[in-house]
Amino acid sequence: MMLRSDLQSITELIPNGSKVLDLGCGDGALLEYLVQKKQVRGRGIELSEAGVLACVKRGLSVRQGDLEEGLADYPDASFDYVILSQTLPYVDNPDRIVREMLRVGRQGIVSFSNWGYWRCRLHLLLTGRIPQAPDLPQPWYAAPRWQAFTITDFSRFCRQQNFSIDRQIYLAGAQPCTYSKFKNLLATTAIFALGNGSLPPPAAHQ
Amino acid sequence: MIPDDSVGLVKPQIFTFSKDQPFQLESGATLQPVDVAYETYGRLNADRSNAILIDHALSGSAHAAGYHTLDQDDPKPGWWDNCIGPGKAFDTNRFFVICSNVLGSCYGSSGPSSLNPATGQPYGLNFPVVTIGDMVRAQVKLIDHLGIDQLLCVAGGSMGGMQVLEWAAHHPQRLKAAIPIATTSRHSPMLIALSEVGRQAIYADPYWNRGDYYLSDHKPDAGLAVARMVGHITYLSDESMHQKFGRRLKDIEQYGYEFETEFEIESYLKYNGHNFTRRFDANSYLYVTKAMDYFDLCAVHGSVAAAFADSTHIKFLVVSFTSDWLYPSYHSKELVSALHAAEADVTYLDIKSSWGHDAFLLEVETMTNLLGSFLGRLGREEAVALPEPEAEPNLTETNATPSAISA
Repeated sequence: MMLRSDLQSITELIPNGSKVLDLGCGDGALLEYLVQKKQVRGRGIELSEAGVLACVKRGLSVRQGDLEEGLADYPDASFDYVILSQTLPYVDNPDRIVREMLRVGRQGIVSFSNWGYWRCRLHLLLTGRIPQAPDLPQPWYAAPRWQAFTITDFSRFCRQQNFSIDRQIYLAGAQPCTYSKFKNLLATTAIFALGNGSLPPPAAHQ
Repeated sequence: MIPDDSVGLVKPQIFTFSKDQPFQLESGATLQPVDVAYETYGRLNADRSNAILIDHALSGSAHAAGYHTLDQDDPKPGWWDNCIGPGKAFDTNRFFVICSNVLGSCYGSSGPSSLNPATGQPYGLNFPVVTIGDMVRAQVKLIDHLGIDQLLCVAGGSMGGMQVLEWAAHHPQRLKAAIPIATTSRHSPMLIALSEVGRQAIYADPYWNRGDYYLSDHKPDAGLAVARMVGHITYLSDESMHQKFGRRLKDIEQYGYEFETEFEIESYLKYNGHNFTRRFDANSYLYVTKAMDYFDLCAVHGSVAAAFADSTHIKFLVVSFTSDWLYPSYHSKELVSALHAAEADVTYLDIKSSWGHDAFLLEVETMTNLLGSFLGRLGREEAVALPEPEAEPNLTETNATPSAISA
């Protein structure tokens, strides 16, 4: 069972036996991996019919719907981890979604493409055109709409909102990006583990 | 010629209970004895863990799959035959599928057209009003009779879905999974209004005679046909009527400027209304629609979430259809929200379809994919063993033997 490297990095943040909610879980590849290899109690929310059908085929419990309406149904702290993988640039209200994640989950895991990556900067500088995300290429005019932001933007947002940043992982392509001082220049993808400051992080279920 | 993926020839059976002790109904009234007509397809496995109960809708019967007869040139299979059979969504090679007729109906289970033992005449309006809860408690008796402690799954659409929810809320220990399709946890005012139009059409028919027509030469066919026409409109959608009929005229080129049937949609409704009177009882229409109108899990428990407080072990697959305006998707979404609040295991899909409420019987490909995947998962997670290979056909089968007769 092979996962994309950013998804693989997310699985490393999640202890065995946790309760996990995957927002925008797509075809369920990450969730299936977590259920099978880490024995998590996994749930997903997915907008597309094809995605939900693929998830059910994998034996997953997934509800169709948009994230805001789906999250609203869950009681506070009903999951150990709520995952938002490569979805934040596409949501209508990013701040509200992250707050809701951290209400429903004891910890939130957000992964996103870094538009601060040097190639993106160079692209804008040299061509005068908005760069596409380094790992999810899609032009600005195609649906769904996306909002570009960088690692520095997201870090500032977390500080403003008083979210605790419990862990950060940076990838350059498929490889870990170790020069954390220059992460906003060198990383293509970032993964943040967040807490809402009021709850202790989830206990390991090992 | 029976197709290979059919369960083949099936025989309806009758289970009778409460012969000595009255069956207590939710209204406070009693019924004695009670008949439940049912059919079964496939075989029960050794530990009786592969049983699936199918609940039918308003005008349905226990005949969900296979054929009763091969005499006609074009025999009609059961109402959900495209989903029940060898290799189909409800795979009868793996599962033992049961379908029973609801109380109050007219297909073999006790209803207003049954004989009242006190008088020797059909009950008519002396038949007590039954509820979805009563229908399901009769099914519980049937499952007991078949020797099944716990059903793997209960599934059904429309009124069948209400029975599924009733099972999950009030008999949660008797099932492992529930598939409510195109349904609601409480009948809305619009649904009650539409039921009432159907009932008023029947009351207004002079041949209805306050339900006392079974021994007369005339039945309230005109009233029942109108009730069915209203029903048919609600099962379609604006879009599906455009696609199916448009403004096409039936057998004429121009308007006749008269009150004959001119449009195809008129002809369709008239045909179906008339057809229905040959297969359904007007009093049963009153009783079954009334049972649906009373259905409200919220009123009983204070909230839908509270109704499912003891159902968190049940795996739910909730399905709705985008063009269903009779049971709009918001009904299912409310149910899903309540189940999430109760921290139940829920899968939900709002299937894109233009077929309206009827989509649950027509979107065969998506339904087969979805139901097949979900039941496959149940089979794996619950380690459901396959039934024993089929023995030689036993032609002396009795009513008490819970197995289908396969051709």
